[in-house]
Amino acid sequence: MTNGKAAGTRTEPGGATASGAAGAPRRGVASRIVGRLGGGFVQAMLVLIALFWLVPTIGLLVASLRSTQDNAASGWWTVFTRPTELTFGAYSALLEKDDFVDSFWNTIMITVPSTVLVVVIASLAAYAFAWMEFPGRDWLFLAVVALLVVPVQVALIPVAKLYGRVDVGGFTMFGSVTGVVLFHVAFGLPFAIFLLRNFFAAIPRDLLEAARMDGGSEWTIFRRVIFPLGGPAIASLGIFQFLWVWNDLLVALVFADTGSQPMTKWLQSQMRQFTGNIDILAPGAFLSLIVPLAVFFAFQRYFVQGVLAGSVK
Amino acid sequence: MAEVDLTGVGKVYPDGTRAVTDLNLHVADGEFLVLVGPSGCGKTTALRMVAGLEDISEGSVTIGGRVVNRVPARDRDVAMVFQSYALYPHLSVRDNIGFGLSLRKVPKAEIREKVDRAADILGLTDHLARKPRNLSGGQRQRVAMGRAIVREPQAFLMDEPLSNLDAKLRVQMRAEIARIQRDLGVTTIYVTHDQTEAMTLGDRVAVMKKGELQQVAPPQELYDRPANLFVAGFIGSPAMNLLKGTLSGDAANPRLEIGGQTLALAGEVLTGHPALASYFGRDVVVGIRPEDMEDAELVDAPDGTTLTSSADLVEAMGSDVLVHFAVEAGQVVTEDTKELARDAGTDVLGGLEAPHTVLVARFSPRTRVKVGDPVTVRVDTGRLHFFDIESGASIWGSDAGPTREDEG
Repeated sequence: MTNGKAAGTRTEPGGATASGAAGAPRRGVASRIVGRLGGGFVQAMLVLIALFWLVPTIGLLVASLRSTQDNAASGWWTVFTRPTELTFGAYSALLEKDDFVDSFWNTIMITVPSTVLVVVIASLAAYAFAWMEFPGRDWLFLAVVALLVVPVQVALIPVAKLYGRVDVGGFTMFGSVTGVVLFHVAFGLPFAIFLLRNFFAAIPRDLLEAARMDGGSEWTIFRRVIFPLGGPAIASLGIFQFLWVWNDLLVALVFADTGSQPMTKWLQSQMRQFTGNIDILAPGAFLSLIVPLAVFFAFQRYFVQGVLAGSVK
Repeated sequence: MAEVDLTGVGKVYPDGTRAVTDLNLHVADGEFLVLVGPSGCGKTTALRMVAGLEDISEGSVTIGGRVVNRVPARDRDVAMVFQSYALYPHLSVRDNIGFGLSLRKVPKAEIREKVDRAADILGLTDHLARKPRNLSGGQRQRVAMGRAIVREPQAFLMDEPLSNLDAKLRVQMRAEIARIQRDLGVTTIYVTHDQTEAMTLGDRVAVMKKGELQQVAPPQELYDRPANLFVAGFIGSPAMNLLKGTLSGDAANPRLEIGGQTLALAGEVLTGHPALASYFGRDVVVGIRPEDMEDAELVDAPDGTTLTSSADLVEAMGSDVLVHFAVEAGQVVTEDTKELARDAGTDVLGGLEAPHTVLVARFSPRTRVKVGDPVTVRVDTGRLHFFDIESGASIWGSDAGPTREDEG
């Protein structure tokens, strides 16, 4: 931060350099503006932006709680001026649809293994990349980083063809939950490994050596030192991966069939071209939103700053 | 508890850098051995090879009669205290200390008991539930010690454990480490760059320079009979004054010419340094410890035992007064003194200027010498040190002095 500012002041022609040379405290243009505007204004702006972002979600929630007739007759915002009867009718109707419940279940069956597998495999791989000596380690890591730039779309057709050929005793990969999970895991790993390796590499070497002297094998060191210390990184990775997979439509559209489709695909299939079907889409979308929210709040307590405080020096 | 032996140990890094050369050390059971030297002298590398954190390129390391070259660190049964303490930040003090035991599947009740005992020794009993981040530097250092103690290992390895503490705490912990080690009687190898720590803690001190062992001896012997220029200059604070002088006269009446002044050497000098006899008429390096010099006005100063100059700088330390003064004798510029200067962060002046060496004397606080005053310094000629100007080796008798163990 300070370095960046100092460097900025040095390269700036004119006034800023002069004030720096005069011995005045060096402050960037941006920080001066922020200082002048004051904290109150910034906070008010932030609240405003947050409300603005929340409007569609609030609309969705209100719409999902109104009857079909009301929704057809007026916009959701009229609820504030002319309170209508709110009802859970749309939700109960939705939950009685077997194919919705199946798709909800499928989403969980896809998301949970995809997240768990990515976190487990990536943290093990990241530990190896960060702390174990083996030939070709750096080249392998470079390859993983290179994989980050491969877009999902490039792989859709080749993988679909590959899945089409996998047919073991009547089990076909194409159209199965397993196929979707495998695809998510494969494309989640490069970023996950990259993120965790960089986090693990920042753990002081002395800590690992102390654990080694204390009698730890690589596995014990990973399980009892690295994994607990990697908590914040692992939690954020878990949440990201969970959200990506939970909200994914593209991969599901390509690889899932009607039996293995997740909610996103089912909701998409409910879109009609001309008639509004807000009675299905609104509660469906809202239900699909609740779970990630719950996951986020469950894991956010692991976002602790300064996990390494007190370990060295 | 066990003996630790290093036999011909060397370390060469994959990029060809050599950190340690042919290191031979024997650490007796229960002994406190201090490895000391300037930074980059290979002392930490040597320790890490004993610990198993660094591969041993040459030679062998034996702990308790077992060659451990191929034994991984976790099976060597030695405990290490790191310079950075390396405490597990997510564990409480109790779990930090007990970590090694719990990895060894020691029953919970026994761990509890042992941790309590270690905490008692270290005065950590009140802090067992805390996390490392809530501890002070000294307490963290104690936890690091506790982690080593509780395992009852064959040997303690300590890598500059006190260097992150402030000066006052360092003195206190130094005494504590000495006490704990004596009480437990565990073989200890202690690495430091601080010669005061080395002198006060070690049963024996091993001085290293550029990966090579210079001398291993008890602290007092290291001070009284340094094997070479490097050890002489490294041990002692303020450092020994080193300057060029010429030995003249004869065996009955030996004299030392230093920058146009003459010191008469007592007869016992030749008895103490028989090998000096072959140096008559030749240049030698003369070493004078600051504490072997005194203000001539305060003591009896017969002719031929004094040097005269003027005081360049007077530093009153309270218990004594350090007086800096120059004599017109040549500076000693050898590989050893260059290394010492590098460690002290100063430069050795080349031979370009007129011969000029600044000496430091430790005077009694009763001295009235002020900056710029002429000063007459009485030198205890019986306690002078002599070194060969070519090899830097100490000049003793042919068999009296310790030899440089790894010449070449």
